[in-house]
Order: sequence, then C-alpha cells, then structure tokens
Amino acid sequence: MSDANTDRPLLEIQNLEKRFDLDQGFLETLKFKQGRIVRESRSVHAVNNISLEARKGEALCIVGESGCGKSTVARLVAGLLTPSAGEIRYGGQRIDNLSRAGMQPLRKKIQMIFQNPYASLNPRMTIRQALEEPVRHHNPGVSAGEVRDKVTEVMMSVGVDPSWAKRYPHEFSGGQRQRIAIARALTVDPEFIIADEPISALDVSIQAQVLNLMLEAKESRGLTYLFITHDLSVVEHFGTRVAVLYLGSVCEVADTQTLFSNPKHPYTRALLSAVPQLKDDRPNHIRLKGEIPTPINLPQGCPFQSRCAFADTRCKSEKPKAIHQPDGSTVACHAVEEDRLEAVAAG
Amino acid sequence: MSTETLNPKSEPSRWSRAWNSNMGYSFRRNPVAVVSMIVFLLIAVASFLAPLIAPYDPYDPAQIDIMNSEYPPAWINGSLPGFILGTDDQGRDLWSTILYGTRLSLLIGICAVALQAFLGISIGLIAGYVGGRLDSLLMRLADIQLSFSTLMVAIIFLAVTQAMFGTDTFNKYAVVFLIAVIGVAEWPQYARTVRATVLAEKKKEYVDSARVLGFGPMRIMVRHILPNSLSPIFVISTVQVANAIISEASLSFLGLGMPPSQPSLGSLISSGFDYIFSGSWWITAIPGVVLVVLVLVINLLGDWMRDVLNPKLYKG
Repeated sequence: MSDANTDRPLLEIQNLEKRFDLDQGFLETLKFKQGRIVRESRSVHAVNNISLEARKGEALCIVGESGCGKSTVARLVAGLLTPSAGEIRYGGQRIDNLSRAGMQPLRKKIQMIFQNPYASLNPRMTIRQALEEPVRHHNPGVSAGEVRDKVTEVMMSVGVDPSWAKRYPHEFSGGQRQRIAIARALTVDPEFIIADEPISALDVSIQAQVLNLMLEAKESRGLTYLFITHDLSVVEHFGTRVAVLYLGSVCEVADTQTLFSNPKHPYTRALLSAVPQLKDDRPNHIRLKGEIPTPINLPQGCPFQSRCAFADTRCKSEKPKAIHQPDGSTVACHAVEEDRLEAVAAG
Repeated sequence: MSTETLNPKSEPSRWSRAWNSNMGYSFRRNPVAVVSMIVFLLIAVASFLAPLIAPYDPYDPAQIDIMNSEYPPAWINGSLPGFILGTDDQGRDLWSTILYGTRLSLLIGICAVALQAFLGISIGLIAGYVGGRLDSLLMRLADIQLSFSTLMVAIIFLAVTQAMFGTDTFNKYAVVFLIAVIGVAEWPQYARTVRATVLAEKKKEYVDSARVLGFGPMRIMVRHILPNSLSPIFVISTVQVANAIISEASLSFLGLGMPPSQPSLGSLISSGFDYIFSGSWWITAIPGVVLVVLVLVINLLGDWMRDVLNPKLYKG
C-alpha cells in the first residue's frame, strides 16, 4: 500500500484480524442441531482484515460506532491482545509476536491512554507512586532526585501542580485524573501514543482542555497518535488522517480535510451528516435504516450492505477492496468504484 | 514515606487519618464493635503479658503443688485465698493457666491464619491472574481440599505424627504441628476469595495500564492487584482466626493438640472434663467461658468489618 519511494511509516498494520472465541472448551463447542450432535465453535469477528499505517508526527484517528472494533484495534497495537492473523510493525520491526521481554524496549516508545480516568489509575497508589513507578522500572539505577525531577517536569507539562503528588486519585476530578493518566504515559518519553477514547468519559468543558493538552504534547514532544474516538468534531480538530471503521472493516481512509470536504463511502456520508451543526443548513440527514449486523455471523460481501442505499447484487456477494482515489483517500466500496453514487443521487 | 512525616501540620498522622476515615467513623458509631474490640484487646493484652500478670508460672513444676489441686474459685466456700479462680487437677492456679493457655490459643490461631493467608493469597493470585489451565488445576485442588473437613485432616495428620515421632517429641513440637495442620487445611477459603476479587480487578483499566507500561506479572499481582483485594482478605482473616482457635481447642480437647503440661484453652477444658461430675466444674467451665467470649468477640468484629468493607455499601 505504501509508496516505495517514501520513507517507511512508523506504524504499519497489515491484514489484521482478531476473533474472540465464544465457545471455549470442548464441551461448549458441542451443539445439538437437526437431531445430530455437531461440533461447532462460534467467534466474534471483531477486526477483519484491516490495513492501516501511521506516519511520524501524524494523528491517525479511527472513528466508528460502538462495537465496530475501534478499541480492539487500539488494544492489539498496544500489545494487550494478540491478533488472530495479520501483522503489526512498528518502525519496521514486527511487534505482534514478541515475547514480554522482547516487547520491553518498545514499551517505552508505545504508550496508551485509556477511556475511563476513574479506572485507569490504581486507587491505592498516590500520584507520586503512580508516576515514579514507570520511571524507575524503565531506567534502573536512576537516582531518587532524577526520578523526582522527571515526575515534577511531567506534572508541570500536563498542568497538574507537583505539590499534589501526595494525594490519591479519588481526590481529583475526572479531567485532572485524565491529565495524570497522560502524565503517566509521558513519564517514559514515548514517541507513539494510543489514545482509546480519552475524552469520551469527560465533561464537555474539560474535553477541549485535555484535547489541547494532547495537541501541545504532540508539538513539543514530537508524538504520533493513534486516536480512537466516536466524536467526529474531535477528529476535525485533532486528526491529520481518519480511518472510518464499520463492523471491523475499514470503509474509508483519508486526510481529515479531504474526508470532511468530500466524503465518498456511503457510511462516511451518513456519519458526517449526523454531526450536529450549530446552524442547521443541512436538514437532509441521511437516515440509516436497521441495525449493525452481529459480528458473529458476518454477512457475505460488503459489511455495510444491509444498511446501504446503494447496495446491489454485487455488494451482496463480493467484499469490496480498498481502492485508491485520485485525491489520496482509500475507499472500499463497489458503488464508488463503479461511480454509481452520483447517478443514484441524481436520478 | 519519610518525607511525609516532615510536615505534620498539613499531613495528619496515620492514626488520626484512620480514626477519621469511614471505617473509624463506623467503628465509633457501632457499640457492638467497640465493646468487642475492648474485650478482645483486654484478653489479648492480658494473655500476651501473662508472664508479668500471672501470679504463678504453670510451666514451672517447682511452683506446682499437687496438694493444692481442685480448690474452688474465690467466691465459693473452701477456697484458698491465693487462687482467685481456684486450681485445676494438678494443683495449678487456674487464673495463671488460663492466661498462658489463652496466649497459646491466640498464638496458634494467628500463626495458623498467617500460614493460611500466605498459601491462599499466593495460590489465589496466581490462579486468578494467570487463568486458563493453571487456574482450573489449582481450583480443583482447592475443591478436593475443601471436600475433606479440616478436623478430619487434622486428626489423621496429628494421630499419624504422634505415632511416628512418639509422644515426647510430638509434645515438644505440638505448637508447630498444630499451626501447620490448621494452616494447610484451610487455605482454599483464602484462595477462592482472592481469586474471585482478582478476576474482578484484573479487568480494570489500571491493570491494562500497568501492562502497557511493561511491568511484569509479579509486580502487577503484588503491587497493583493485591492492595485492591485487601478488604475481603481482612474479613475472612478475622473469621478464620476464630475458626482456627476453635479447631485448635477441638484438637486439644481430643488429646491431639497441646499436651497437659503446656495447656491451651482446649486441653484445659479437656483436662477438667474428667472432674466435672465430681464437683470441680470450674476447671472446664471457666476456660470454656473464656474460649466462647474470645471467639464471639472475634466473630462480632468480623461481622462488623464485613458490613463496613462491603463494596455495595462502601466504595473503598
């Protein structure tokens, strides 16, 4: 997918798949069907054949409705889950099959910020303990003074008063906790940060502060983000490139500006039309009918066919491939490929 | 930690923090808990200060005169003024013997529970955190262990060791054997409770966060998950101390525990049992009352603690 003459992307995801087995153990796989006992194991296809890449200094956003596999992608990249198939490469090195010891040097480079700041800090550790622990762990032999300096520097940079370090997480508000969680990720001087809906649990007034803090850190520390969210207005503000996920498959990948000015995939169009506007000059929301199909029995063909206004027989039988568009975006849709969209809209 | 004590004005002491915490407040508001705590502390302090408080040393044969045996307590006619609670069948002062016996019972109870806790917490943590086959294996072991009653295991083990080492050696190391057998027989209680809390805790994001930071499983288990699983451990510990004291008393009563020369509460009750119909009821009754009161107050404290630390009522 990547051009041969440009330098290598920092993160490459190739044909990534993750299935969660529903029936674990031999006895659960036995089913009684049509008078016979058959062996059958079902699994949830959370992520299906995803290929993505993130370049250095980029903020790659992954958007989609709940249950589309965005968080699974984040956890796969962070090494919290092991993929069922496919490869993840970081800086050219394959990381999805590394042992815990082999992963250790990368732990300093790849960090993660979690969704719920009320759960992502250990309630029995003071802020100082929580922040000093990773510094000590990754830099053995560092003096107590240096550790303290590092912690103070990181706390200052996220706007948390270093004199609060003796307190416990429950003494802070959600926004402050998320700042501390960000500080904890920054203590090891990472270059790549996976943010799994970092602001969706926060109050709207706090969201902008935390977002700006993350942007500042991006500028000052040269960070690359993989930003998971369901909030398109956040994407517009934060992302440089966007990947739209539906039912574990990528619909469209494009630069933020391209995506917002010229969405191509029918699902992306529906998503963008649903963003609330201050001045509602676009009253024609695209109403999607139906529900997301269950990821246990994936439909054959395009995952979006059951809710797409442009679906035809080809969409029902053949899964669309990601195709490069002239404006640099990548779209997986038969209708876009065949130029059917405008024809239907016009007629 | 040491820097925190430098600034006493802004940082309240550990004692006043505990006193003003939710738990301290609920303790002050609960008269049953306060009375139980006072009684328990009285018994515990008195028994551990036994060498200072007791007027006689029941382990010293020189201080025992068989002619003094079976004197009734001070409030009954025919008592001897030196013996407040009377004397037992060997002429030992019952008050001193109860003090020393309570000390032994408490010691065995607490040490046995410490052993149980060590085994159970380690096994429970590993089973819950690692999961999979190891979890099934360890939990089936716990099930097998639970299907034998503690007393049955203890009786068989102690009877065999007594026969193997001979009564003299056995009596010498009776405390160790009792602690070992009560400790080993009851670890599944801890293992199951700890496993259940670990299963709940390990799904929380702070554990994921620790994994992303590259901490090893040992560190995550001990430094992150264990401190968050302490409340149920406290609760079972109190109940288990009471259980261990009862187990020890039962075993000693059956003649498989502490020898008559170093009586615990159980063996004291047992030795008085032979004389209960000849009128010397106090040798059995008074240590019996002490045992009942001790176990009762520990259980009441455990009850209170279970209510306070219940995550549905109090989020800690």
